[in-house]
Amino acid sequence: MKVLMSGNEAIARGVYEAGVRFAAGYPGTPSTEIMEEFSKYEGVYAEWSPNEKVAVEVAIGAALAGEKALVVMKHVGVNVAADPIFTVSYTGTNSALVIVSADDPSSHSSQNEQDNRNYAKFAKIPMLEPADAQEAKEFAKLAFALSKKFDTPVFLRSTTRVSHSKSIVKLGKPVAYQDKTAITFNPEKYVMVPALARLRRVEVEKRLEKIKQYAEIFRENKMEINDRRFGIITAGMPYNYAKEVFPDFSYLKLGMVYPLPEKLIKNFAKKVKKIYVVEELDPYLEEQIKAMGIDVIGKEIFPYTNEFDPGIIESAIKKNLKGDKFPAQKIPSRPPNLCPGCPHRGLFYVLGKQKVFVAGDIGCYTLSYMKPLQGLHSCICMGASIGMAHGMSKALKEKGKGKVVGVIGDSTFVHSGITPLLNMAYNKSDALIIICDNSTTAMTGMQEHPATGYTLQGKETKQLDLKLLVSSLGIENIKVIDPYNLKETREAIKEELEKDGPSVIISQRSCVLFKRKNYATEKPVKIDAEKCTGCKVCLGLGCPAISWKRIEPKEGSKQQGISVIDEGLCTGCGVCEQVCKFEAIS
Amino acid sequence: MLKNDKVKSVLLAGVGGQGILKASDIMCAVLMESGFDVKKSEVHGMAQRGGCVTSHVRYGSKVYSPLEKLGNIDIFISFEKMESLRYLPYLRKDSSIIVNSDKVYPPEVNLGSCSYPHNIIKNLKKKFGLVREVDASDLARKAGNSKTANIVLLGALSRLVEVDQKIWNHVIAKSFPEKLIKMNLTAFQMGFYA
Repeated sequence: MKVLMSGNEAIARGVYEAGVRFAAGYPGTPSTEIMEEFSKYEGVYAEWSPNEKVAVEVAIGAALAGEKALVVMKHVGVNVAADPIFTVSYTGTNSALVIVSADDPSSHSSQNEQDNRNYAKFAKIPMLEPADAQEAKEFAKLAFALSKKFDTPVFLRSTTRVSHSKSIVKLGKPVAYQDKTAITFNPEKYVMVPALARLRRVEVEKRLEKIKQYAEIFRENKMEINDRRFGIITAGMPYNYAKEVFPDFSYLKLGMVYPLPEKLIKNFAKKVKKIYVVEELDPYLEEQIKAMGIDVIGKEIFPYTNEFDPGIIESAIKKNLKGDKFPAQKIPSRPPNLCPGCPHRGLFYVLGKQKVFVAGDIGCYTLSYMKPLQGLHSCICMGASIGMAHGMSKALKEKGKGKVVGVIGDSTFVHSGITPLLNMAYNKSDALIIICDNSTTAMTGMQEHPATGYTLQGKETKQLDLKLLVSSLGIENIKVIDPYNLKETREAIKEELEKDGPSVIISQRSCVLFKRKNYATEKPVKIDAEKCTGCKVCLGLGCPAISWKRIEPKEGSKQQGISVIDEGLCTGCGVCEQVCKFEAIS
Repeated sequence: MLKNDKVKSVLLAGVGGQGILKASDIMCAVLMESGFDVKKSEVHGMAQRGGCVTSHVRYGSKVYSPLEKLGNIDIFISFEKMESLRYLPYLRKDSSIIVNSDKVYPPEVNLGSCSYPHNIIKNLKKKFGLVREVDASDLARKAGNSKTANIVLLGALSRLVEVDQKIWNHVIAKSFPEKLIKMNLTAFQMGFYA
């Protein structure tokens, strides 16, 4: 049967077809749908772990117990999980273990665009890279087979364009699940103390040598000999872009990007005169191929940054391309914005008015760095806000008193905010941390986490009590507020900033798009055109439901316009009512 | 099946919440059922409500890239009026262009710090030969609900795609719950004749 599938749906399908029934991960664009789709298959166990490191450890445990295990994350998640990944490369996996890394060239939805092919080489773990949904499904199966065959974790690398493009996939028959789980003991292999790690280190090199041999005959390393004057060595989605514009060139398409098949590459180089290496981001293939003594053209003509498309490859290779080109027209931009009724709006409106540094984190609320809210001043990675606020307050000493805030979402706090908060209590910090608790992982599309009280597979579970946790970490000043209430929010922030020692405010209001806890939306509010003076204060909330309408000034009045509320968008959160000094909104 | 080997590229663009992804999903299902190879691509993630949305759909006997290069889109359909101007570099002189009359004000316009572009259709017609404006929300209201404007636009688009109407109707019927099928089929027809 043929169906249209995204790369992510296809990976989930491939994993299921491979007879795998165990997966762990943490949500992150562009990887999220893999876990969501996999979790829907019959008879599978799939969990959102609190973070990627935990997810990898969970999967290692399952693999050691004899269960084939999948672990899924976005590219930056691999940074979080790098510690166990580098060492499970030494121990091997007993059963199969596949790590999906979904990279994001162009940083469509990420804080950076790192090239995770480097991790394969760095951690000495083989990596497969599919180019479309059909391959995503097949490569997922091949990755499990490879892992089992060589007792190694295997990376399956996707990119946003593979994960989020849809194409036709031929479904295969799933392999029946076989329970091969058992407790076995093999401390020499799994206890990585120095004496044993040194022995395993040698095994890793031996294993890599074997996989290199295998790469030479791996069926997804494909040579297509056409025009012998020009050849392209590539992998993943850029193969499709190149084929689109240079269908007559010869190709070496690498399905396995680590380790590389040296003989095959040399063989291709003998057959073809001029070779281009077409790859997004780092000159990863290029450097290794050049080290083989092969002359290729790469980053001297192709960009280092951002994802490619067929046009980028065409114009790099063919100079002086002609065609009718229409220049882009300058029109107003449409940055993503906090939704109408978003609970973050009230909080960041208040924070933006304070003369404080707000160390931010990863979540929807990061958008409040923009005008008009401007209530957030840094964003590095998951969990960074708390450590940074602490470090900044320590460095500033008296100058930082009452002037340093860290903000973090509930899911992000559970992901990696707990240890830095413990550190704040331990090292006697003076900063204020605000947990923006919207009861879900909103930015990636409403995923569960320990503080929601539900699992990925929709089961009710023990709900983490954030207040109790914060208190047990040693934080004594804790307040819970409703960010829809500006007065309460303002006063709580003022009071906690004035106090000595670390404070935590839990700003609690569930995401306005969140289905389970969708409180009945209030009636939309209206602006009384008679009372509105056109002062524009309400526009300072940056609410998509509020707009400015020009009017002809009345006689003797300087008023240029009034604010208008779109009833179709307004959720009646009432925050704008509280900022209007003229009681024009009700 | 396709008469020639040329792959056709369609670009759908607009604003989050306008039903672009649903429309391009339906379109892909139709093309697949008609025997074409088809690929589509879009980027989602971030809090995209109100942000720009694009979807590339490419079909033919064999499609490699899900993305079209600049200056080579065959059919461009803008679900929001002003957004039609954002993607000019993707178009050719002979691109077929369909523009919805609906306006969604971006934040800067809402805040009064700049104005919504004027004479959009007139400007497009100066550059391109095949420009058609469709008042999709109005037609959708007549069909039963302004939210079905995306299907009206699909109807307008379907005139440019060499696929049997029966397949469109069949796929649309499969894509909605029972009680919404009739309205969406009407919306599609209205778009087709618009």
